[in-house]
Amino acid sequence: MASAAVSVKEGTTPEPASVPFAAAAVPTPGHTTAASQGSSQRFSTVPAKTFGTRRRLLWLTALVLVLGVVALVSLAIGARSIAPGTVLDALFHFDPANGDHAVVHSRVVRTVAGLIVGLSLGLAGTSMQGVARNPLADPGILGINAGASLAVVAGIFFLGAANVSSYLWFAFAGSAVAAVVVYAVASLGRSGATPVKLALAGAAIAAGMGSLMSAMLVTSQDSLELFRRWQVGALAGKSWDSVVAVLPFVAVGVVILLCTGRLLNMLALGDDMARGLGHRPGLGRAISAVGIVLLCGSATALAGPIGFIGLVVPHLLRGLVGPDYRWLLPLSLLGAPAILLAADVVGRVILLPSEVPAGILAALIGAPVFIAVVRRGKQAEL
Amino acid sequence: MSVQTAVKGHGKTASTVVGGAWVRDARKAPRRRRACLMGTMAALVFALLAVNILLGSYTVTIPDFFAMLGGKTIPGASFIVMENKLPQALLGMLAGASFGVAGAVFQTMLRNPLASPDIIGISYGASATAVAAVVLFGVRGAGVSVAAIIGALLVALVITALARRRGGTGLILIGIGAAAFMQAVVTFLMSRADVSNAQELMVWLTGSLNSANWERVGLLTIALVVLAPFVAVGSRELRGLSLGGDTAAGLGFNVPRARLLLTILGVLLAALPTAAAGPIAFVAFLSGPIAKRLNGGAASLPLSGLVGAAIVLAAHFVAVNAIPGTSLPVGVVTGALGAPFLLWLLIYTNRANQGG
Repeated sequence: MASAAVSVKEGTTPEPASVPFAAAAVPTPGHTTAASQGSSQRFSTVPAKTFGTRRRLLWLTALVLVLGVVALVSLAIGARSIAPGTVLDALFHFDPANGDHAVVHSRVVRTVAGLIVGLSLGLAGTSMQGVARNPLADPGILGINAGASLAVVAGIFFLGAANVSSYLWFAFAGSAVAAVVVYAVASLGRSGATPVKLALAGAAIAAGMGSLMSAMLVTSQDSLELFRRWQVGALAGKSWDSVVAVLPFVAVGVVILLCTGRLLNMLALGDDMARGLGHRPGLGRAISAVGIVLLCGSATALAGPIGFIGLVVPHLLRGLVGPDYRWLLPLSLLGAPAILLAADVVGRVILLPSEVPAGILAALIGAPVFIAVVRRGKQAEL
Repeated sequence: MSVQTAVKGHGKTASTVVGGAWVRDARKAPRRRRACLMGTMAALVFALLAVNILLGSYTVTIPDFFAMLGGKTIPGASFIVMENKLPQALLGMLAGASFGVAGAVFQTMLRNPLASPDIIGISYGASATAVAAVVLFGVRGAGVSVAAIIGALLVALVITALARRRGGTGLILIGIGAAAFMQAVVTFLMSRADVSNAQELMVWLTGSLNSANWERVGLLTIALVVLAPFVAVGSRELRGLSLGGDTAAGLGFNVPRARLLLTILGVLLAALPTAAAGPIAFVAFLSGPIAKRLNGGAASLPLSGLVGAAIVLAAHFVAVNAIPGTSLPVGVVTGALGAPFLLWLLIYTNRANQGG
């Protein structure tokens, strides 16, 4: 909160090195406490930890490194593990005759799909938490993935859709409808969209759509076969065509959402304050919603419904770099794919010879984090 | 409210009749109203039962039906009615009643219409362990029921422990988290099941009466008969708890013991029909509030049970006959109807600015 409030005063650019420290703040090692006196007086009542730019850049570098390492690990580890040297060899001096090189190449698609899905879900989740001003927002919890799923299943069932580029449009339509309904229902009434109302509206939408979905699935064994493999949220077995099909939509969504960092900082202060500072919260939310739907729809069409990545990542990042959305949004582009790829790698080896899909592992790890967030939250907020 | 109308109606005579017969009248009015309601609901359930057995794709006349009950075999009709329609309808009635009571127990005890076992993950817990038992260990029959009960009890234990001192909202949110976790487990197990198993499990997971047989009806009947006296005891405790923990303790209720009894009772009532017919979506969630509204704002376990039975029977008739040629699982209909109702309830409680 403190840092978001500070950034309002400081303007649009990321804070310079002399970021104001609150009186009670613990100075970062190597960082002089030559804080601007005016700010520190103005905000001295807020005993919050602040986050220096140097510290944030440090975490940025660390996350880039982590993501790089995880991506390499994702290429190397699996049913047949390959030495890191051979992986690099296969990437830069590909030899078609070498069996290990072929394995690495087959894992490249999977890794790229993981990167795209992970960054889409992470960025969408972070943005949703800002737009809804709600620490529990997540494409899975709010029923947006369920909307996309229902639409895709309807596509499979009625129109015989069988590839990702046709899933895409159904997924977009489904997630857009679900997002609008959930948010509209939850935000009616005086207290606005509180976490419990959003979560319940999401659960209701998910359950209702689940019923309609099973109505289609129990009547068609072929649809069930297609759906059952898509639903688990697996990154395996994707083709370059699928990845390329979603890429433009993901790119547009990422660009839209990355531009909303300042707006989300304003919204964190409350709608009235944001309006007073010259923003239009309604318009901003609508623009963000377009980006969120593009990203959630793309990720769902490519890999099936994967929940909880979008919930966990922003909470982890807040602990690292503070609540400033201008940092959270870009960093979620690095953190989320790292976590998803890590889940995928773990899923490959945890139950050999079969695999646990990344989406399942994400939910198994993410649901306890969700519960922890609920337990930590103050009663007044939740 | 009824006191006031009674005063108006008997205003003149009240002063002359010593002892005030109108007071007794007014005090009896809600009870009479409830008896009247129960009678009507019981008649409705019976009518729906009859509709499910006699009408539909295969019509049976009433004399034929009694002839078959008496042991007479009518070629064709006997099998359809005795092995198909009758067990399905009976299972639907029992499961619906059980879900309805379970939902009302949780909703009244936690004093929140959203706290029904299908929303806070208890039904999902039952499904997860039941699917695990079928897929991993090949369990069939009564073993599945045992697995479902264990799963539901475990989830109830975990979420109440985690939600200690977090209030009703905290419990609901934690329950939603637990439900998501259980759903991931179910999805994973489903993806590992072989195709024929998966189709069967998919139908069961939606909640279906189509695979009903006499064995399941018998098991559920015995279980519910055993639980009935406990429900009667719990109903009394529940009235105390519905005033809130502190008030109930002040009135001499043993609150922790009553909570424990009611939680176990609610979990069993939710898990048993889940094992027999699958987690029929939203029945537990819908029955309590509907019964409460019919009853003029007072919660009533038997009425909730009757409402639950009526919902399942009506939904079953729609599910079986909506699309000619295919018989949908009953959970599809209750889910499709329940979701809008939940959304409406959210909007309504928002307007009244309570809850959430």
